[in-house]
Amino acid sequence: MLAYIGRRALLALFTVWAISVLSFAIIQLPPGDYVTSYIAQMASMGSAVSDEEAQALRLQYGLGEPMYVQYLKWMNQIVRGNFGMSMEWRRPVIEVIGERLWLTVAVSVSALILTWALALPIGIYSAVRQYSAGDYIATFIGFIGLAVPNFLLALVLLYLGFVFFNANIGGLFSPELQDAPWGGAKVWDLLKHLPIPALILGLAGTAQQIRIMRANLLDELRKPYVVTARSKGLPERTVVLKYPVRVALNPFASTIGYTLPYIVSGSIIVSLVLGLPTVGPLLLKALIAQDMFLAGTIVLLLGVMTVAGTLISDILLVWIDPRIRLEDT
Amino acid sequence: MARPETLLDPVPAPSPGEPVTPGDQRIFVASQWQLMWWRFRRHKVAVASAVVIAFFYMVVVGADFLAYADPNASEAQRSLMPPQRLHWFDGWRFAPYVHGVKGARDPQTFKRVYVADPEMKIPIRLFAEGFEYRLFGFIPTTRHLIGVDGGRDAAKTIFLLGTDVQGRDLWSRLMYGTRISLTIGLIGVAMSLVLGVILGGLSGFYGGILDTVIQRAIEILRSIPTIPLWMGLAAALPSDWTILQVYFAITIIISLLGWTELARVVRGRFLALREEDFVVSARLVGCSRRRTIFVHMVPSFMSHIIAATTLALPAMIVSETALSFLGLGLRPPAISWGVLLQQAQNVQTVAISPWLMLPALPVIVAVMAFNFLGDGLRDAADPYGR
Amino acid sequence: MAADARLPLLSVRGLKTYFHQDEGTVKAVDGVSFDLTPGATLGVVGESGCGKSVTARSILGIVDRPGRIVAGEIRFRREADGAGAGDVVDLAALPPNGPAMRAIRGAEIALIFQEPMSSFSPVHTVGSQIVEAIMLHQQVSRREARAKAIEMLRRVGVSLPEQRVDQLSNQLSGGLRQRAMIAMALSCHPTLLIADEPTTALDVTTQTQILELMRQLQREDGMAIMLITHDLGVVAEMATDVVVMYLGRVVEQAPVDEIFHAPKHPYTQALLRSIPRMRSRSRERLTPIAGSVPHPYDRPAGCPFHPRCPQFIAGRCDREEPVLRPMGAGHAVSCFLYP
Repeated sequence: MLAYIGRRALLALFTVWAISVLSFAIIQLPPGDYVTSYIAQMASMGSAVSDEEAQALRLQYGLGEPMYVQYLKWMNQIVRGNFGMSMEWRRPVIEVIGERLWLTVAVSVSALILTWALALPIGIYSAVRQYSAGDYIATFIGFIGLAVPNFLLALVLLYLGFVFFNANIGGLFSPELQDAPWGGAKVWDLLKHLPIPALILGLAGTAQQIRIMRANLLDELRKPYVVTARSKGLPERTVVLKYPVRVALNPFASTIGYTLPYIVSGSIIVSLVLGLPTVGPLLLKALIAQDMFLAGTIVLLLGVMTVAGTLISDILLVWIDPRIRLEDT
Repeated sequence: MARPETLLDPVPAPSPGEPVTPGDQRIFVASQWQLMWWRFRRHKVAVASAVVIAFFYMVVVGADFLAYADPNASEAQRSLMPPQRLHWFDGWRFAPYVHGVKGARDPQTFKRVYVADPEMKIPIRLFAEGFEYRLFGFIPTTRHLIGVDGGRDAAKTIFLLGTDVQGRDLWSRLMYGTRISLTIGLIGVAMSLVLGVILGGLSGFYGGILDTVIQRAIEILRSIPTIPLWMGLAAALPSDWTILQVYFAITIIISLLGWTELARVVRGRFLALREEDFVVSARLVGCSRRRTIFVHMVPSFMSHIIAATTLALPAMIVSETALSFLGLGLRPPAISWGVLLQQAQNVQTVAISPWLMLPALPVIVAVMAFNFLGDGLRDAADPYGR
Repeated sequence: MAADARLPLLSVRGLKTYFHQDEGTVKAVDGVSFDLTPGATLGVVGESGCGKSVTARSILGIVDRPGRIVAGEIRFRREADGAGAGDVVDLAALPPNGPAMRAIRGAEIALIFQEPMSSFSPVHTVGSQIVEAIMLHQQVSRREARAKAIEMLRRVGVSLPEQRVDQLSNQLSGGLRQRAMIAMALSCHPTLLIADEPTTALDVTTQTQILELMRQLQREDGMAIMLITHDLGVVAEMATDVVVMYLGRVVEQAPVDEIFHAPKHPYTQALLRSIPRMRSRSRERLTPIAGSVPHPYDRPAGCPFHPRCPQFIAGRCDREEPVLRPMGAGHAVSCFLYP
């Protein structure tokens, strides 16, 4: 078990490293270096950057030195919690991102939970009642969920809400609570607004998970151990839920790792359509304005959060699958 | 799964290195493809999807023929004009026409409102003259499938699907958008395929350390959220690049992360086949490695690759659409479904001009058709399976 | 268990189990009748697909969909000292998943079958699956059930049962798994054990050990065994009576000695000729049964065996259906050669 978790953690570490390199590449890609653009930016705002300050910045980020030195210096800053300055906002990147990162997490996690809460029972139902009307309906909805890109779904729902209910289904807060300090009322307001984005984000994943659960369970239902359980005299519901469903849960649970990156990806673009105060709109703005430290940091943080989420789900898998727990003990 | 006839074949197998005649190969492969075709035909939805996709690619080839207006000809006077109603019969005679439209600015809201003029009938002609283009890229012509007489006359134009903010004809733009969106998917998937087959093949055939490294790399790539990365890479494309440069750059960016699934399929097939009786016996009778791979293994999983490729296409199309929708993918004046949908970003605009959402329809239909087709192909790919 | 040995424990009459499918109806079991006395071992033999397993599953009420018992009776005598108080119930008439059937299934009739590799859940410990069976049918605490499970594992010859009980089935060898399976089946002291090809997937040494174990447990507990197999050697070793099945029907039923020394039905005779014997001369050739088992969708008219029968009577065997007729003590055959 420890070996398994160790392997997973090592892979996660590698992934974080890969993401950091890619984020660094994103920061480096635009022509010109950061300090030059920073000075130009400041000059255009009418405030000059002193030579000493520019020199200090150059030193801090190792400009003019080989790429890997620059990367290491950048990483060194990040490990200390210094993500650099946002040119667009002229504030430290981390301040600009602020709670948006946590709202992104909230949206993604609720989409993930919804995916599970819907896919598990529907998948079981579809398999146990194969070829029933309900099975066909689930399959059909599943196909729609897979075929309609989530941002288009968001667009259509937004439009329908606007035209038929004259209501804005976007956003995460009611306008009057938008800038209110955090408290019970605001949290409750957030919870009320979460289901629609979560549903939009989770639909494709749900569709996919229903298919996975259905296929796995159909396979498992034919296995001899189901006959064994039945021949003991267990009630049919116990037979199905305790044995084949339990076994089919493993491949189902292990796909969660692939669902999370997908949801986080989707949250960026769906947030833009629905106007959610997540890091999505911020990332787009930063990229268009070539505010590279902000953009690179968002990509890095999103990647790291996703990897952390995946790692947690991998570890949870140990709890579900005793075969891993008993491995090499 | 195996092709037992090769084992029972009374004709001695060609010695290693001897080229296989095309005839041989056709017979070897034919029965399998035949079986797959039979299985595929039973999958009605997949067959219907194949027809739909064939239609889409006909649009790709003949976009300029099907369009009747220059997709980039803008006209402020016709901004956000709703789709014109098409009248099929003039009295009792079959003669499709549309009414002319007059636009005026509402003095209170400053919005343009359009009123159909029942007095003015604009007949629609088949094979009418329009803007000049090259059919199939080399035949210069001015004929289009439909059009109106004197197409250059500003008052006499048709807008079957309305116009966008700049007053460009949506139908014609949709035709061109289809061309770009569907080819970008094809080229992207082709690049992914090359990467996927090479890496998946190496991984599956050689195994060992190489396999481990490639598998870990795939796992890492799959656990990274792709859209922020794509956005970052796409935003870094120099703004002075030409349409063609951006087009290829976007294709490369999309396929850079899209090859993992194909590699997984190829590797899986290699692993499964390596132990199959007919592959083992091919090795035992002394086939060279290259012959074993290309004569015995590849034909038997070609079908799986085709199916996986078909299933990978929708993701490519959606990726391009998403990037362009965000304004980070293809840039105007290039036209793609995503570029068209960019105008539908603002819900206020869409509420007034809902036809701007129409480009979502081909996206959804194409994605669904590719999915169904891929599913049908995947089921058919294993003709010896249950 | 001290029931009257002359009254049958299980008495199957005209059992028909059909699978209705789009392509047609498969008559997997088509009029099967036989008796099983308490404490006896009934060998059920026949080629693959002759309906042996479906018969067993019909008795337990666990036929897979779309299969269904369409006719016949399965009369089973309940335990005299148990809840049923020696009553005779028709299992075919009980709802297959109702509480009455479930009270019998596992408690009075137990099943072990061929796949020792996959007949235990891969994600539950062996012990928990045995404990579950015990707690389902007996009023005991979990701790007592666990003690019973360990005791049962020890009885079937599992070494270190205190440790094995917490292992997953894939940590056990095939032979151990089948022993654990037998422990689970016998944990509630059934009066009837249905063993469906219990040794087919095991190697020869393990096979002998498992058969010996079953015989020993039968001596100790006195349960009846219905042993389904295609291996006539196993039948000769274990069974007291034999039922020979072909295409969903019983073609011959007889005490084991008569089957081997005086087989009546041409199919039984052909089966016996197709297996090697210890005392046969080395030059003697084995004769396979001509032809092959017909596809279940198009079963032949008349006697199902007639297309392959060496003693086929034209105009009779392919027109009329023979019935099972008694041929002396405990011997019955379904063939026109014996009027």
